[in-house]
Amino acid sequence: MKYIKAFILFWYDFIVGDSMTLAIGVVVCLLVAAGLRRETGSVAPEIALPAIVVATLVLSLRR
Amino acid sequence: MAADVFQFLAAFLASSVEMVEALTIVLAVGVTRSWRPAFIGMGAGVIALTLVVGALGPSLVIYVPIDGLRVVIGALLLVFGLQWLRKAVLRASGLKAMHDEEQIYEAEVIALRKHDVTEAFDWTAFTVAFKGVFLEGLEVAFIVLTFGTNDGRFDIPIAGAVSGLILVVGVGILIHQPLKRVPENSIKFAVGLLLSAFGTFWVGEGVGVDWTGSDLAIPVLAIGYAVVAAVLVRLLRPGQTTAVEGAAAG
Repeated sequence: MKYIKAFILFWYDFIVGDSMTLAIGVVVCLLVAAGLRRETGSVAPEIALPAIVVATLVLSLRR
Repeated sequence: MAADVFQFLAAFLASSVEMVEALTIVLAVGVTRSWRPAFIGMGAGVIALTLVVGALGPSLVIYVPIDGLRVVIGALLLVFGLQWLRKAVLRASGLKAMHDEEQIYEAEVIALRKHDVTEAFDWTAFTVAFKGVFLEGLEVAFIVLTFGTNDGRFDIPIAGAVSGLILVVGVGILIHQPLKRVPENSIKFAVGLLLSAFGTFWVGEGVGVDWTGSDLAIPVLAIGYAVVAAVLVRLLRPGQTTAVEGAAAG
């Protein structure tokens, strides 16, 4: 039980750390990337993914 | 003969690019966290890779869901890289102490109360190094197997990949000492940028995004994020908001 708890805590700390915004932003990034990939030949995902990453970083810095 | 040389060079260059990416991650983790778990993670990655490649051989290309791995590992690297980047921006702008001595001290005290200090192991450093080496190593295996399967012989692509490995490991040994002299927050800043760039790239590749310039997109992403981070540092500096508001009012 102790090891399961430690394992869960490790991954929570790894993924969420001290900003839940970053974890949510990465999930949004995944969903948008999966949605946009169908547009073959489009550069939309190449712009959208870094844009979401930047927006996530900016939002996580709001105080 | 010319075809052999071309195949060697193609395998050498393609493998070297992937190995440089793995080396970057191991060096980043080693310099900023701790070398021991970084090397153990790297070793574990190599062992896991050897087992997978040894067990599956040329059928690796069919059975290993490389895109699924790219998405999972890319997302984890992205969230980890963004955490470091966020802290580095806060530190560089003066909103967070450079070393957080008090917090580190308290964390150490809690850790010491829980365990013997000799038992403490940086699992985060281990995990990041392991994932980086395992994924990049798989990509090298894919390159060798693709070239080998196409031509019906594996000696030349293997020689190319091994030459790339020797070169990249040599470069890693040469540069890991000078890296120790770079200020801590600068290294953490660079690591945050690199992991975020790798993460974005792999998440995209995993879901089928065809990046312009292929692997060259990674440094382009890192430079783009560096520009944004530099702007954020300037905007977040204490007094900056007041100065901006004052200028607007004036």
